[in-house]
Amino acid sequence: MVPISYYLALSAILFALGVVGFLIKRNLITLFMSIELMLNAVNLAFVAFAWQWKSLNGQVFVFFVMVVAAAEAAVGLAIIIAVFRTRETLNVDRVDLLKL
Amino acid sequence: MLPLAGAAINGLLGRRFSKGTVAWVGNLFVGASCAWAWFVFGRFLSLPHEMVPYVRDYATWIRAGDFTVSYGVYLDQLSMVMVLVVTSVGFLIHIYSIGYMEHEGGYYRFFSYLNLFMFFMLTLVLANNYLVMFIGWEGVGLASYLLIGFFFLRDSAASAGKKAFIVNRIGDFGFLIALFMLIKHFGSLDFGQLFPAISKLGVENVGGGLLTAIGLLLLMGACGKSAQIPLYVWLPDAMEGPTPVSALIHAATMVTAGVYMVARSNVIFSHAPSAMLAVAIIGCLTALFAATIGMAQTDIKKVLAYSTISQLGYMFLACGVAAYSAGIFHLMTHAFFKGLLFLAAGSVIHALGGEQDMRRMGGLRKQIPWTFWTMTAATFAIVGIFPFAGFFSKDEILWKAFSSEYGSWIFWAIGLITAFLTSFYMFRLWFLTFFGEFRGPELAVGEHPSHEHAHIHESPKVMLIPLAILAVLSVIGGWIGWPQTLGGTQHFDHFLAPVFNLHAEEAAVAAAEHSKELLLAAVSVLAALLGLLLAWLLYHRRRDLPDRIAAALGGVYTAVRDKYYVDEGYATAFVQPLIKGSTYILWRGVDAGVIDATANESAEGAQHVSDALRHMQSGNVRSYAGWVAVGAAVVIAYMVYLGVR
Repeated sequence: MVPISYYLALSAILFALGVVGFLIKRNLITLFMSIELMLNAVNLAFVAFAWQWKSLNGQVFVFFVMVVAAAEAAVGLAIIIAVFRTRETLNVDRVDLLKL
Repeated sequence: MLPLAGAAINGLLGRRFSKGTVAWVGNLFVGASCAWAWFVFGRFLSLPHEMVPYVRDYATWIRAGDFTVSYGVYLDQLSMVMVLVVTSVGFLIHIYSIGYMEHEGGYYRFFSYLNLFMFFMLTLVLANNYLVMFIGWEGVGLASYLLIGFFFLRDSAASAGKKAFIVNRIGDFGFLIALFMLIKHFGSLDFGQLFPAISKLGVENVGGGLLTAIGLLLLMGACGKSAQIPLYVWLPDAMEGPTPVSALIHAATMVTAGVYMVARSNVIFSHAPSAMLAVAIIGCLTALFAATIGMAQTDIKKVLAYSTISQLGYMFLACGVAAYSAGIFHLMTHAFFKGLLFLAAGSVIHALGGEQDMRRMGGLRKQIPWTFWTMTAATFAIVGIFPFAGFFSKDEILWKAFSSEYGSWIFWAIGLITAFLTSFYMFRLWFLTFFGEFRGPELAVGEHPSHEHAHIHESPKVMLIPLAILAVLSVIGGWIGWPQTLGGTQHFDHFLAPVFNLHAEEAAVAAAEHSKELLLAAVSVLAALLGLLLAWLLYHRRRDLPDRIAAALGGVYTAVRDKYYVDEGYATAFVQPLIKGSTYILWRGVDAGVIDATANESAEGAQHVSDALRHMQSGNVRSYAGWVAVGAAVVIAYMVYLGVR
């Protein structure tokens, strides 16, 4: 079998990519995609450990994470649309005032 | 307490009163005090021996371990005399002020302050311990400041008030240190406890010892209050105040507080001969010094001011040779004739619509006769011509200065010269003011803004009656001290004897000494008459002489006229450095540099910090994200670290 360290390394790399993307990218949609990437990297780590310890706890937790990610994506996209309607831009640097 | 009530009423409500009400309130309370004083005097005379001195404690003020101070009254012959003088002369001056201050603004304020002064003065003389006396002492200094600077819109008056208070304060410093020493060594400031304790101690050697130090410090306090060298400089400037103020405070009562205090402390002084010597020396030097300055002054009130300083010197001289009752006697007669002189001078000034320069007076005796005759009585009294009041008191001082075991002929000689000078400058004043031709300007309507009359007129009755009463007192006031040498019994001395522990045999002069005393008395009268003659010559017969003499004397004359530049000396030595020091070191250095800077700098520091921190709140989402990532990394690293350990 593939040693677990490979899965964990992959998860770490994906998470790191997500973080970097979140910090660097200017497009709001891309920002959200990075967040999803981070979440999924964590999912991968959970599943890997679940397989290693032969326990279902990890997999159940993955379900939870997916649900939360979905809800959060829905809300976040709704906000983006609301912001886009007034600002006409998806550049996160331009969304810096509390006033809409 | 009565004058205090008067002061309070007039002070707080007086602005809304009419002039009449203010005057009534002010005078009523003082008049009541005066009547009360005489009433008490009557009762006092019939008190049995054991009850004197009459001491009564009203409330405890300080209680610190063993040391207590209470508000109390101490009534013995000395304070009785002082109370009578203060209330009677004070009352007369209050009446006079009704007329004199008629045209001035701040009428209610004047009477309020005057009443306040009376309150403090009575506190001073009736106190049964040094601390309550000190309350009165400071209080009269305060009242003096308020009254000298009464016309506070005038720069010179305000400065004069400040000067008086500050110079007074310097003396008070000495007084306070003396009090501290008394507390430390005797544990009490109460007269009843202190004086018996001190009498038990022996007489101190010359030049050393605790009591000498206390005595000298008390003397310093007295010099400040009673205007002796070197703290006399405030008194001539104090003439900026209204004339009744000069009469009351600076002739009759406040300046005598120092003499009273020395007399009250006679137990201390008699056990410290060198302190007593200091008192005598300062007294006689001041007397001479001030008399010389008085000779060359042109302002009528300044002459009288220097005369006051000089006469106070006589009183100090008397106390310095242990002739305390002579000193107090002179205090009493001085109150009469100096008070009268000032009031009469005020009458002259009032008549001339505000003119105070004697060079612009003259020939007034026909036009203001009442003033003239009362002032004449006072002048003869102060000069010491028999049988006016001043003769008896001044003569007793001179005699005691000569014959007392603490005295010496030097004191007598200086006293005699001063008597001659006193006579000279007083009669100079007399001649310049009342005789000859009028040298003033034509008085036009509107000459003096607050005075509607355009011609020289006599003062109103309310001013003249006190003048008359004081004139009578100046004539007969000395008769209660008629010395034995001339056939009388010295009532005054006998009255005060218990206070000063004079024994009967000391008061009775041996027969052989009688002739000496008579001789000295005759010499002093002669000196006075010589002064009269010289003044008559210079200021009546040959008017051109004074100017020629002045020109001949040149620098000496200007030095005397300009008060020997003492004020200027003090200014350069003390005042200017203090002002410069305050400005540069204290004001710019400490106040602006340290205190203000601390407040400003801390505010600025807070501003800088917040300036730096505000960059965190930029509204830039990505920087927030960055901070979140950094924070998360730190936390994870810490967890890993903990796990690895």
